[in-house]
Amino acid sequence: MNEFLQQVVNGIAWGSLYALIALGYTMVYGVLRLINFAHGDVYMIGAMVAYYAARALLAPGTASAPAFFALLALSMAACGLLGFLIERLAYRPLRRSPKFTALITAIGVSLLLENGGQLFFGPDPKFFPQLIESREISPGSGIVITNVQLLILGVSLTLMLGLQFLVFRTRVGTALRAVSYSAETASLMGIDVDRMISLTFVLGSMLAGAAGVLVGLSNPKIEPLMGIMPGLKAFVAAVVGGIGNIPGAMAGGLLMGLSEVLVVGYVSSTYRDAIAFVILIVVLLVRPSGLFGTSLEEKV
Amino acid sequence: MSGASPQAAGGGALLEVAGLRVRYGVIEALHGVDLVVRRGEIVTVIGANGAGKTTLLKAISGLVPAAGGSIRHHGEQGTAELGRLRPHEIVARGVGHAPEGRRIFQNLTVRENLGLGAYLRRDRAAIESELAEILTLFPRLQERFAQNAGTLSGGEQQMLAMARALMSRPSLLLLDEPSLGLAPKLVRAIFGVIRTIRSRGTTLLLVEQNARLALEAADRAYVLETGSVALSGTASELASDPRVQRVYLGGDA
Repeated sequence: MNEFLQQVVNGIAWGSLYALIALGYTMVYGVLRLINFAHGDVYMIGAMVAYYAARALLAPGTASAPAFFALLALSMAACGLLGFLIERLAYRPLRRSPKFTALITAIGVSLLLENGGQLFFGPDPKFFPQLIESREISPGSGIVITNVQLLILGVSLTLMLGLQFLVFRTRVGTALRAVSYSAETASLMGIDVDRMISLTFVLGSMLAGAAGVLVGLSNPKIEPLMGIMPGLKAFVAAVVGGIGNIPGAMAGGLLMGLSEVLVVGYVSSTYRDAIAFVILIVVLLVRPSGLFGTSLEEKV
Repeated sequence: MSGASPQAAGGGALLEVAGLRVRYGVIEALHGVDLVVRRGEIVTVIGANGAGKTTLLKAISGLVPAAGGSIRHHGEQGTAELGRLRPHEIVARGVGHAPEGRRIFQNLTVRENLGLGAYLRRDRAAIESELAEILTLFPRLQERFAQNAGTLSGGEQQMLAMARALMSRPSLLLLDEPSLGLAPKLVRAIFGVIRTIRSRGTTLLLVEQNARLALEAADRAYVLETGSVALSGTASELASDPRVQRVYLGGDA
Protein backbone atom coordinates (compact mmCIF):
# COMPACT_ATOMS: atom_id res chain seq x y z
CA MET A 1 0.00 0.00 0.00
CA ASN A 2 2.78 2.39 0.93
CA GLU A 3 4.58 1.55 -2.25
CA PHE A 4 1.44 2.34 -4.17
CA LEU A 5 1.11 5.71 -2.44
CA GLN A 6 4.74 6.37 -3.23
CA GLN A 7 4.07 5.68 -6.90
CA VAL A 8 1.06 7.99 -6.82
CA VAL A 9 3.18 10.78 -5.35
CA ASN A 10 5.80 10.30 -8.04
CA GLY A 11 3.14 10.09 -10.72
CA ILE A 12 1.48 13.32 -9.68
CA ALA A 13 4.78 15.20 -9.67
CA TRP A 14 5.63 13.82 -13.09
CA GLY A 15 2.13 14.38 -14.42
CA SER A 16 2.10 18.01 -13.40
CA LEU A 17 4.86 18.57 -15.96
CA TYR A 18 2.78 16.96 -18.69
CA ALA A 19 -0.11 19.12 -17.56
CA LEU A 20 1.95 22.29 -17.97
CA ILE A 21 2.85 21.34 -21.55
CA ALA A 22 -0.65 20.08 -22.35
CA LEU A 23 -2.10 23.49 -21.47
CA GLY A 24 -0.24 25.09 -24.37
CA TYR A 25 -1.63 22.57 -26.83
CA THR A 26 -5.14 22.99 -25.60
CA MET A 27 -5.09 26.79 -25.46
CA VAL A 28 -3.74 27.17 -28.97
CA TYR A 29 -6.25 24.64 -30.24
CA GLY A 30 -8.95 26.60 -28.44
CA VAL A 31 -8.30 29.84 -30.32
CA LEU A 32 -6.97 28.59 -33.68
CA ARG A 33 -8.19 24.97 -34.01
CA LEU A 34 -4.53 24.20 -34.69
CA ILE A 35 -2.35 21.50 -33.15
CA ASN A 36 0.91 23.33 -32.60
CA PHE A 37 3.30 20.42 -33.04
CA ALA A 38 6.26 22.68 -32.28
CA HIS A 39 5.06 23.01 -28.70
CA GLY A 40 7.08 20.07 -27.32
CA ASP A 41 10.20 21.64 -28.77
CA VAL A 42 9.48 24.92 -27.02
CA TYR A 43 9.71 22.89 -23.82
CA MET A 44 13.16 21.68 -24.93
CA ILE A 45 14.22 25.28 -25.58
CA GLY A 46 13.06 26.14 -22.05
CA ALA A 47 15.46 23.57 -20.61
CA MET A 48 18.29 24.71 -22.91
CA VAL A 49 17.89 28.38 -22.04
CA ALA A 50 18.10 27.58 -18.33
CA TYR A 51 21.10 25.32 -18.91
CA TYR A 52 23.12 27.90 -20.86
CA ALA A 53 22.07 30.76 -18.58
CA ALA A 54 23.14 28.75 -15.52
CA ARG A 55 26.50 28.01 -17.12
CA ALA A 56 27.06 31.62 -18.07
CA LEU A 57 25.78 33.27 -14.92
CA LEU A 58 26.31 30.91 -12.01
CA ALA A 59 29.52 29.69 -10.46
CA PRO A 60 29.75 25.90 -10.81
CA GLY A 61 28.19 24.04 -7.94
CA THR A 62 25.98 26.92 -6.83
CA ALA A 63 22.71 25.56 -5.60
CA SER A 64 20.23 28.11 -4.44
CA ALA A 65 16.51 28.68 -4.62
CA PRO A 66 16.81 32.32 -5.78
CA ALA A 67 19.03 31.20 -8.67
CA PHE A 68 16.46 28.59 -9.59
CA PHE A 69 13.59 31.07 -9.62
CA ALA A 70 15.63 33.58 -11.62
CA LEU A 71 16.40 30.93 -14.24
CA LEU A 72 12.78 29.83 -14.25
CA ALA A 73 11.64 33.39 -14.98
CA LEU A 74 14.29 33.83 -17.65
CA SER A 75 13.36 30.60 -19.43
CA MET A 76 9.68 31.43 -19.29
CA ALA A 77 10.34 34.85 -20.77
CA ALA A 78 12.53 33.43 -23.53
CA CYS A 79 9.96 30.77 -24.40
CA GLY A 80 7.16 33.33 -24.35
CA LEU A 81 9.10 35.35 -26.88
CA LEU A 82 9.76 32.23 -28.95
CA GLY A 83 6.06 31.36 -28.94
CA PHE A 84 5.22 34.90 -30.00
CA LEU A 85 7.68 34.69 -32.89
CA ILE A 86 6.51 31.25 -34.00
CA GLU A 87 2.94 32.48 -34.25
CA ARG A 88 3.91 35.74 -35.90
CA LEU A 89 6.28 34.30 -38.49
CA ALA A 90 4.92 30.82 -39.17
CA TYR A 91 1.19 30.76 -38.46
CA ARG A 92 -0.16 34.28 -38.87
CA PRO A 93 0.64 34.50 -42.60
CA LEU A 94 -1.47 31.36 -43.01
CA ARG A 95 -4.49 32.61 -41.06
CA ARG A 96 -6.71 32.46 -44.14
CA SER A 97 -5.18 29.33 -45.64
CA PRO A 98 -6.67 25.85 -45.29
CA LYS A 99 -6.14 24.32 -41.84
CA PHE A 100 -4.03 21.59 -43.35
CA THR A 101 -1.44 24.13 -44.48
CA ALA A 102 -1.02 25.40 -40.93
CA LEU A 103 -0.76 21.85 -39.60
CA ILE A 104 2.04 20.97 -42.03
CA THR A 105 3.73 24.23 -41.09
CA ALA A 106 3.53 23.25 -37.42
CA ILE A 107 5.37 20.02 -38.20
CA GLY A 108 7.90 22.09 -40.14
CA VAL A 109 8.50 24.44 -37.21
CA SER A 110 8.93 21.42 -34.96
CA LEU A 111 11.56 19.89 -37.26
CA LEU A 112 13.28 23.26 -37.53
CA LEU A 113 13.58 23.55 -33.74
CA GLU A 114 14.72 19.93 -33.31
CA ASN A 115 17.34 20.03 -36.03
CA GLY A 116 18.29 23.63 -35.35
CA GLY A 117 18.72 22.57 -31.73
CA GLN A 118 21.08 19.77 -32.75
CA LEU A 119 23.04 22.22 -34.84
CA PHE A 120 23.33 24.93 -32.20
CA PHE A 121 23.41 22.98 -28.94
CA GLY A 122 25.03 19.83 -30.33
CA PRO A 123 23.29 16.45 -30.37
CA ASP A 124 25.05 15.17 -27.25
CA PRO A 125 23.17 15.21 -23.94
CA LYS A 126 24.01 17.91 -21.43
CA PHE A 127 23.74 17.71 -17.70
CA PHE A 128 21.44 20.22 -16.14
CA PRO A 129 23.08 21.90 -13.13
CA GLN A 130 21.89 20.89 -9.69
CA LEU A 131 20.13 24.10 -8.81
CA ILE A 132 18.38 22.62 -5.85
CA GLU A 133 20.09 20.07 -3.70
CA SER A 134 17.80 17.10 -3.50
CA ARG A 135 16.69 16.21 0.02
CA GLU A 136 14.27 13.57 1.12
CA ILE A 137 11.32 14.53 3.18
CA SER A 138 9.37 11.81 4.92
CA PRO A 139 5.81 12.73 5.84
CA GLY A 140 5.44 9.36 7.59
CA SER A 141 4.02 5.95 6.68
CA GLY A 142 7.16 5.17 4.74
CA ILE A 143 6.50 7.50 1.82
CA VAL A 144 9.43 9.53 0.58
CA ILE A 145 8.96 12.84 -1.13
CA THR A 146 11.92 14.87 -2.29
CA ASN A 147 12.05 18.61 -1.96
CA VAL A 148 12.53 18.72 -5.74
CA GLN A 149 9.24 16.89 -6.27
CA LEU A 150 7.53 19.32 -3.91
CA LEU A 151 9.04 22.23 -5.79
CA ILE A 152 7.89 20.82 -9.14
CA LEU A 153 4.40 20.33 -7.76
CA GLY A 154 4.30 23.73 -6.10
CA VAL A 155 5.53 25.64 -9.13
CA SER A 156 3.24 23.81 -11.56
CA LEU A 157 0.23 24.19 -9.31
CA THR A 158 0.91 27.89 -8.84
CA LEU A 159 1.25 28.41 -12.59
CA MET A 160 -1.89 26.42 -13.33
CA LEU A 161 -3.92 28.28 -10.71
CA GLY A 162 -2.58 31.54 -12.11
CA LEU A 163 -3.67 30.55 -15.61
CA GLN A 164 -7.05 29.41 -14.32
CA PHE A 165 -7.51 32.78 -12.62
CA LEU A 166 -6.43 34.69 -15.71
CA VAL A 167 -8.72 32.77 -18.04
CA PHE A 168 -11.82 32.56 -15.86
CA ARG A 169 -11.69 35.65 -13.69
CA THR A 170 -10.27 38.52 -15.73
CA ARG A 171 -11.41 40.69 -18.60
CA VAL A 172 -8.59 39.44 -20.84
CA GLY A 173 -9.49 35.84 -19.99
CA THR A 174 -13.13 36.42 -20.88
CA ALA A 175 -11.94 37.85 -24.20
CA LEU A 176 -9.79 34.75 -24.76
CA ARG A 177 -12.75 32.49 -24.13
CA ALA A 178 -14.86 34.60 -26.47
CA VAL A 179 -12.24 34.27 -29.23
CA SER A 180 -12.15 30.52 -28.71
CA TYR A 181 -15.93 30.38 -29.17
CA SER A 182 -16.01 32.60 -32.25
CA ALA A 183 -13.20 34.86 -33.40
CA GLU A 184 -15.50 36.74 -35.75
CA THR A 185 -18.07 37.57 -33.11
CA ALA A 186 -15.31 38.44 -30.65
CA SER A 187 -13.98 41.02 -33.10
CA LEU A 188 -17.43 42.64 -33.09
CA MET A 189 -16.98 43.23 -29.35
CA GLY A 190 -13.89 45.30 -30.11
CA ILE A 191 -11.50 42.49 -29.21
CA ASP A 192 -8.26 42.53 -31.18
CA VAL A 193 -8.29 38.86 -32.15
CA ASP A 194 -4.71 38.78 -33.42
CA ARG A 195 -3.48 40.09 -30.10
CA MET A 196 -5.41 37.45 -28.21
CA ILE A 197 -3.88 34.75 -30.42
CA SER A 198 -0.41 36.14 -29.72
CA LEU A 199 -1.17 36.17 -26.01
CA THR A 200 -2.28 32.53 -26.17
CA PHE A 201 1.01 31.50 -27.76
CA VAL A 202 3.00 33.54 -25.25
CA LEU A 203 1.18 32.06 -22.23
CA GLY A 204 1.30 28.48 -23.51
CA SER A 205 4.98 28.73 -24.38
CA MET A 206 5.82 30.22 -20.99
CA LEU A 207 4.23 27.22 -19.30
CA ALA A 208 6.17 24.85 -21.57
CA GLY A 209 9.37 26.75 -20.75
CA ALA A 210 8.65 26.36 -17.04
CA ALA A 211 8.14 22.62 -17.55
CA GLY A 212 11.50 22.49 -19.34
CA VAL A 213 13.29 23.99 -16.35
CA LEU A 214 11.41 21.84 -13.84
CA VAL A 215 12.19 18.65 -15.70
CA GLY A 216 15.87 19.57 -15.59
CA LEU A 217 15.67 19.35 -11.79
CA SER A 218 14.47 15.76 -11.72
CA ASN A 219 15.84 14.35 -15.01
CA PRO A 220 19.00 16.36 -15.55
CA LYS A 221 19.94 14.81 -18.88
CA ILE A 222 18.76 17.24 -21.56
CA GLU A 223 19.23 17.11 -25.32
CA PRO A 224 17.68 18.73 -28.42
CA LEU A 225 15.24 15.90 -29.10
CA MET A 226 14.00 15.68 -25.51
CA GLY A 227 10.76 17.47 -26.44
CA ILE A 228 9.45 14.88 -28.86
CA MET A 229 8.06 12.23 -26.51
CA PRO A 230 6.86 14.55 -23.71
CA GLY A 231 5.36 16.78 -26.40
CA LEU A 232 3.47 13.85 -27.87
CA LYS A 233 2.30 12.69 -24.45
CA ALA A 234 1.20 16.15 -23.45
CA PHE A 235 -0.73 16.33 -26.71
CA VAL A 236 -2.36 13.00 -25.82
CA ALA A 237 -3.09 14.45 -22.38
CA ALA A 238 -4.82 17.45 -23.96
CA VAL A 239 -6.91 15.22 -26.22
CA VAL A 240 -7.78 12.82 -23.40
CA GLY A 241 -8.87 15.75 -21.25
CA GLY A 242 -10.90 17.24 -24.11
CA ILE A 243 -8.91 19.43 -26.44
CA GLY A 244 -9.63 23.11 -25.95
CA ASN A 245 -10.58 22.53 -22.32
CA ILE A 246 -8.17 23.94 -19.73
CA PRO A 247 -9.14 21.88 -16.66
CA GLY A 248 -9.21 18.88 -19.01
CA ALA A 249 -5.58 19.42 -20.00
CA MET A 250 -4.55 19.54 -16.33
CA ALA A 251 -6.44 16.33 -15.54
CA GLY A 252 -5.14 14.66 -18.69
CA GLY A 253 -1.56 15.56 -17.76
CA LEU A 254 -1.91 14.10 -14.28
CA LEU A 255 -3.46 10.96 -15.77
CA MET A 256 -0.51 10.58 -18.17
CA GLY A 257 2.04 10.96 -15.37
CA LEU A 258 0.24 8.61 -12.99
CA SER A 259 -0.33 5.91 -15.58
CA GLU A 260 3.25 6.09 -16.77
CA VAL A 261 4.71 5.78 -13.29
CA LEU A 262 2.30 3.00 -12.29
CA VAL A 263 3.00 1.00 -15.44
CA VAL A 264 6.72 1.30 -14.88
CA GLY A 265 6.29 0.32 -11.23
CA TYR A 266 3.92 -2.61 -11.60
CA VAL A 267 4.16 -3.87 -15.17
CA SER A 268 7.28 -3.10 -17.12
CA SER A 269 9.20 -0.03 -18.12
CA THR A 270 8.94 -1.26 -21.71
CA TYR A 271 5.37 0.04 -21.74
CA ARG A 272 6.03 3.46 -20.20
CA ASP A 273 5.26 5.23 -23.47
CA ALA A 274 2.69 2.75 -24.80
CA ILE A 275 0.31 3.30 -21.88
CA ALA A 276 -0.38 6.90 -22.99
CA PHE A 277 -1.65 5.70 -26.33
CA VAL A 278 -3.66 2.86 -24.83
CA ILE A 279 -5.44 5.43 -22.67
CA LEU A 280 -5.90 7.66 -25.71
CA ILE A 281 -7.54 4.87 -27.70
CA VAL A 282 -9.79 3.81 -24.84
CA VAL A 283 -10.90 7.36 -24.07
CA LEU A 284 -11.56 8.15 -27.72
CA LEU A 285 -13.66 4.99 -28.03
CA VAL A 286 -15.73 5.74 -24.95
CA ARG A 287 -15.81 9.56 -24.95
CA PRO A 288 -14.65 10.89 -28.32
CA SER A 289 -14.70 14.49 -27.11
CA GLY A 290 -12.40 13.70 -24.17
CA LEU A 291 -13.04 13.40 -20.44
CA PHE A 292 -13.97 17.06 -19.90
CA GLY A 293 -14.85 17.96 -23.48
CA THR A 294 -18.30 18.91 -24.64
CA SER A 295 -19.25 17.61 -28.03
CA LEU A 296 -18.19 20.16 -30.59
CA GLU A 297 -21.01 21.54 -32.65
CA GLU A 298 -20.02 22.35 -36.16
CA LYS A 299 -20.29 26.12 -36.51
CA VAL A 300 -21.93 27.37 -39.67
CA MET B 1 -45.00 55.36 -31.15
CA SER B 2 -44.82 56.02 -34.85
CA GLY B 3 -41.81 55.61 -37.09
CA ALA B 4 -41.21 59.28 -37.75
CA SER B 5 -38.91 61.12 -35.41
CA PRO B 6 -38.00 64.77 -35.07
CA GLN B 7 -34.27 64.21 -35.65
CA ALA B 8 -34.82 62.04 -38.67
CA ALA B 9 -35.13 64.70 -41.29
CA GLY B 10 -32.38 67.13 -40.35
CA GLY B 11 -29.47 64.92 -39.19
CA GLY B 12 -26.18 64.89 -41.13
CA ALA B 13 -24.88 61.75 -42.74
CA LEU B 14 -23.36 59.29 -40.25
CA LEU B 15 -22.56 56.57 -42.75
CA GLU B 16 -22.11 56.87 -46.50
CA VAL B 17 -21.75 53.72 -48.55
CA ALA B 18 -20.90 54.37 -52.19
CA GLY B 19 -20.40 51.89 -55.02
CA LEU B 20 -19.72 49.10 -52.54
CA ARG B 21 -18.75 45.83 -54.13
CA VAL B 22 -18.03 42.60 -52.20
CA ARG B 23 -16.78 39.39 -53.67
CA TYR B 24 -16.69 35.87 -52.26
CA GLY B 25 -14.11 34.18 -54.46
CA VAL B 26 -15.35 34.57 -58.00
CA ILE B 27 -18.92 35.36 -56.99
CA GLU B 28 -19.79 39.01 -56.51
CA ALA B 29 -22.35 39.39 -53.74
CA LEU B 30 -22.76 43.19 -53.87
CA HIS B 31 -22.52 45.03 -57.18
CA GLY B 32 -22.05 48.66 -56.27
CA VAL B 33 -24.39 49.50 -53.40
CA ASP B 34 -25.09 53.14 -52.46
CA LEU B 35 -26.65 53.84 -49.12
CA VAL B 36 -26.75 56.71 -46.62
CA VAL B 37 -27.64 56.63 -42.94
CA ARG B 38 -28.22 59.98 -41.24
CA ARG B 39 -27.79 60.69 -37.57
CA GLY B 40 -30.87 59.72 -35.56
CA GLU B 41 -32.53 57.69 -38.28
CA ILE B 42 -33.76 54.13 -38.40
CA VAL B 43 -32.87 52.92 -41.88
CA THR B 44 -33.93 49.48 -42.96
CA VAL B 45 -32.66 47.25 -45.72
CA ILE B 46 -35.21 44.72 -46.86
CA GLY B 47 -34.85 41.99 -49.41
CA ALA B 48 -35.10 38.27 -49.99
CA ASN B 49 -32.73 35.62 -48.71
CA GLY B 50 -29.40 35.89 -50.51
CA ALA B 51 -29.96 39.47 -51.67
CA GLY B 52 -26.78 40.54 -49.89
CA LYS B 53 -28.23 42.16 -46.77
CA THR B 54 -25.97 40.37 -44.29
CA THR B 55 -22.97 40.87 -46.57
CA LEU B 56 -23.65 44.61 -46.56
CA LEU B 57 -23.55 44.74 -42.75
CA LYS B 58 -20.48 42.51 -42.61
CA ALA B 59 -18.66 44.81 -45.02
CA ILE B 60 -19.54 47.85 -42.90
CA SER B 61 -18.18 46.25 -39.74
CA GLY B 62 -15.09 44.93 -41.49
CA LEU B 63 -15.85 41.22 -41.33
CA VAL B 64 -15.63 40.88 -45.11
CA PRO B 65 -13.32 43.01 -47.25
CA ALA B 66 -14.73 45.40 -49.84
CA ALA B 67 -13.64 44.70 -53.41
CA GLY B 68 -14.49 48.25 -54.44
CA GLY B 69 -16.30 51.43 -53.45
CA SER B 70 -16.17 53.23 -50.13
CA ILE B 71 -17.71 53.08 -46.67
CA ARG B 72 -17.29 56.45 -44.98
CA HIS B 73 -18.12 56.89 -41.32
CA HIS B 74 -18.47 60.38 -39.88
CA GLY B 75 -17.92 59.68 -36.20
CA GLU B 76 -16.89 61.69 -33.17
CA GLN B 77 -13.24 61.15 -34.10
CA GLY B 78 -13.81 62.55 -37.58
CA THR B 79 -14.36 60.82 -40.88
CA ALA B 80 -12.80 57.47 -41.69
CA GLU B 81 -12.89 54.95 -44.49
CA LEU B 82 -14.06 51.81 -42.68
CA GLY B 83 -12.70 49.56 -45.42
CA ARG B 84 -9.20 50.30 -44.15
CA LEU B 85 -9.94 49.41 -40.54
CA ARG B 86 -10.07 46.09 -38.75
CA PRO B 87 -13.31 45.01 -37.05
CA HIS B 88 -12.23 45.92 -33.52
CA GLU B 89 -11.18 49.39 -34.70
CA ILE B 90 -14.58 49.90 -36.29
CA VAL B 91 -16.25 48.97 -32.99
CA ALA B 92 -13.99 51.53 -31.30
CA ARG B 93 -15.44 54.19 -33.63
CA GLY B 94 -18.90 53.57 -32.22
CA VAL B 95 -20.30 51.14 -34.77
CA GLY B 96 -22.00 48.21 -33.03
CA HIS B 97 -23.15 45.09 -34.84
CA ALA B 98 -25.60 42.49 -33.56
CA PRO B 99 -24.99 39.75 -36.11
CA GLU B 100 -27.42 37.38 -37.74
CA GLY B 101 -28.16 34.20 -35.86
CA ARG B 102 -27.48 35.98 -32.55
CA ARG B 103 -23.92 34.69 -32.26
CA ILE B 104 -23.88 34.99 -28.53
CA PHE B 105 -21.02 33.33 -26.68
CA GLN B 106 -22.74 30.18 -25.48
CA ASN B 107 -19.74 29.17 -23.39
CA LEU B 108 -20.00 32.36 -21.31
CA THR B 109 -22.59 33.57 -18.84
CA VAL B 110 -25.13 36.26 -19.66
CA ARG B 111 -23.15 38.60 -17.43
CA GLU B 112 -19.91 37.85 -19.28
CA ASN B 113 -21.56 38.32 -22.67
CA LEU B 114 -22.80 41.73 -21.61
CA GLY B 115 -19.42 42.60 -20.14
CA LEU B 116 -17.75 41.85 -23.45
CA GLY B 117 -20.14 44.24 -25.13
CA ALA B 118 -18.45 46.95 -23.10
CA TYR B 119 -14.98 45.50 -23.73
CA LEU B 120 -13.48 48.73 -25.03
CA ARG B 121 -14.94 50.92 -22.32
CA ARG B 122 -13.01 51.67 -19.14
CA ASP B 123 -15.50 53.86 -17.26
CA ARG B 124 -16.68 51.25 -14.77
CA ALA B 125 -19.32 53.40 -13.12
CA ALA B 126 -20.88 54.36 -16.45
CA ILE B 127 -20.85 50.74 -17.58
CA GLU B 128 -22.66 49.68 -14.41
CA SER B 129 -25.40 52.26 -14.83
CA GLU B 130 -25.67 51.42 -18.53
CA LEU B 131 -26.02 47.76 -17.61
CA ALA B 132 -28.79 48.53 -15.14
CA GLU B 133 -30.59 50.58 -17.76
CA ILE B 134 -30.24 47.92 -20.45
CA LEU B 135 -31.49 45.26 -18.08
CA THR B 136 -34.69 47.27 -17.58
CA LEU B 137 -35.14 47.08 -21.36
CA PHE B 138 -34.61 43.31 -21.25
CA PRO B 139 -35.92 42.11 -17.86
CA ARG B 140 -35.58 38.45 -18.84
CA LEU B 141 -31.81 38.85 -19.01
CA GLN B 142 -31.81 40.06 -15.42
CA GLU B 143 -33.42 36.77 -14.36
CA ARG B 144 -30.85 34.79 -16.35
CA PHE B 145 -27.87 36.95 -15.40
CA ALA B 146 -25.57 34.28 -13.95
CA GLN B 147 -26.68 31.53 -16.32
CA ASN B 148 -24.70 30.19 -19.23
CA ALA B 149 -25.91 31.93 -22.36
CA GLY B 150 -26.18 28.58 -24.12
CA THR B 151 -29.16 27.74 -21.89
CA LEU B 152 -31.24 30.70 -23.08
CA SER B 153 -34.21 30.33 -25.41
CA GLY B 154 -34.02 31.73 -28.93
CA GLY B 155 -35.85 34.93 -28.00
CA GLU B 156 -33.69 35.47 -24.94
CA GLN B 157 -30.57 34.93 -27.04
CA GLN B 158 -31.76 37.56 -29.50
CA MET B 159 -32.33 39.99 -26.65
CA LEU B 160 -28.89 39.21 -25.29
CA ALA B 161 -27.33 39.87 -28.68
CA MET B 162 -29.02 43.27 -28.87
CA ALA B 163 -28.27 44.14 -25.27
CA ARG B 164 -24.64 43.14 -25.76
CA ALA B 165 -24.32 45.37 -28.82
CA LEU B 166 -25.82 48.24 -26.83
CA MET B 167 -23.26 47.84 -24.06
CA SER B 168 -20.62 49.35 -26.33
CA ARG B 169 -22.85 52.45 -26.41
CA PRO B 170 -22.69 52.61 -30.20
CA SER B 171 -23.68 55.73 -32.09
CA LEU B 172 -24.61 53.46 -34.98
CA LEU B 173 -26.09 50.02 -34.40
CA LEU B 174 -26.23 47.44 -37.19
CA LEU B 175 -28.99 44.91 -36.52
CA ASP B 176 -29.13 41.79 -38.64
CA GLU B 177 -32.51 40.00 -38.69
CA PRO B 178 -33.45 40.62 -35.06
CA SER B 179 -36.87 39.01 -35.58
CA LEU B 180 -35.64 35.84 -37.25
CA GLY B 181 -37.24 32.72 -35.85
CA LEU B 182 -39.11 34.45 -33.04
CA ALA B 183 -42.75 34.07 -32.00
CA PRO B 184 -44.98 36.97 -33.17
CA LYS B 185 -45.38 38.37 -29.68
CA LEU B 186 -41.60 38.50 -29.24
CA VAL B 187 -41.17 40.09 -32.66
CA ARG B 188 -43.43 42.95 -31.53
CA ALA B 189 -41.40 43.28 -28.34
CA ILE B 190 -38.14 43.42 -30.28
CA PHE B 191 -39.44 46.18 -32.53
CA GLY B 192 -40.59 48.08 -29.45
CA VAL B 193 -37.04 47.89 -28.13
CA ILE B 194 -35.67 49.07 -31.48
CA ARG B 195 -37.74 52.24 -31.18
CA THR B 196 -36.59 52.74 -27.60
CA ILE B 197 -32.96 52.36 -28.65
CA ARG B 198 -33.41 55.12 -31.22
CA SER B 199 -35.12 57.39 -28.74
CA ARG B 200 -32.01 57.06 -26.57
CA GLY B 201 -29.96 58.57 -29.37
CA THR B 202 -28.63 55.58 -31.29
CA THR B 203 -28.90 55.50 -35.06
CA LEU B 204 -29.95 52.14 -36.48
CA LEU B 205 -29.32 50.28 -39.70
CA LEU B 206 -31.73 47.37 -39.64
CA VAL B 207 -31.68 44.41 -41.98
CA GLU B 208 -34.96 42.49 -41.97
CA GLN B 209 -36.96 39.92 -43.81
CA ASN B 210 -40.09 40.98 -41.98
CA ALA B 211 -40.62 43.92 -44.33
CA ARG B 212 -43.93 44.98 -42.86
CA LEU B 213 -42.61 45.61 -39.36
CA ALA B 214 -39.32 46.98 -40.63
CA LEU B 215 -41.06 49.58 -42.77
CA GLU B 216 -43.36 50.45 -39.88
CA ALA B 217 -40.41 51.19 -37.62
CA ALA B 218 -38.04 52.81 -40.10
CA ASP B 219 -37.72 56.34 -41.43
CA ARG B 220 -36.18 55.34 -44.71
CA ALA B 221 -35.66 52.07 -46.51
CA TYR B 222 -33.68 50.36 -49.23
CA VAL B 223 -34.77 47.30 -51.17
CA LEU B 224 -31.86 45.05 -51.99
CA GLU B 225 -32.26 42.60 -54.87
CA THR B 226 -29.45 40.21 -55.86
CA GLY B 227 -26.69 42.53 -54.69
CA SER B 228 -28.03 45.87 -55.94
CA VAL B 229 -30.34 48.54 -54.57
CA ALA B 230 -33.57 48.13 -56.51
CA LEU B 231 -35.59 50.80 -54.72
CA SER B 232 -35.10 53.37 -52.01
CA GLY B 233 -37.12 56.08 -50.35
CA THR B 234 -38.91 56.96 -47.15
CA ALA B 235 -40.38 53.97 -45.39
CA SER B 236 -43.95 55.14 -46.01
CA GLU B 237 -43.28 55.66 -49.72
CA LEU B 238 -41.91 52.16 -50.04
CA ALA B 239 -44.71 50.67 -47.96
CA SER B 240 -47.24 52.04 -50.44
CA ASP B 241 -45.19 51.13 -53.52
CA PRO B 242 -47.13 48.50 -55.49
CA ARG B 243 -44.06 46.47 -56.26
CA VAL B 244 -42.92 46.37 -52.65
CA GLN B 245 -46.47 45.46 -51.62
CA ARG B 246 -46.62 42.63 -54.10
CA VAL B 247 -43.17 41.12 -53.46
CA TYR B 248 -42.41 41.91 -49.83
CA LEU B 249 -45.72 42.62 -48.13
CA GLY B 250 -47.72 39.74 -49.56
CA GLY B 251 -49.91 42.01 -51.71
CA ASP B 252 -52.65 42.51 -49.11
CA ALA B 253 -51.26 45.59 -47.41
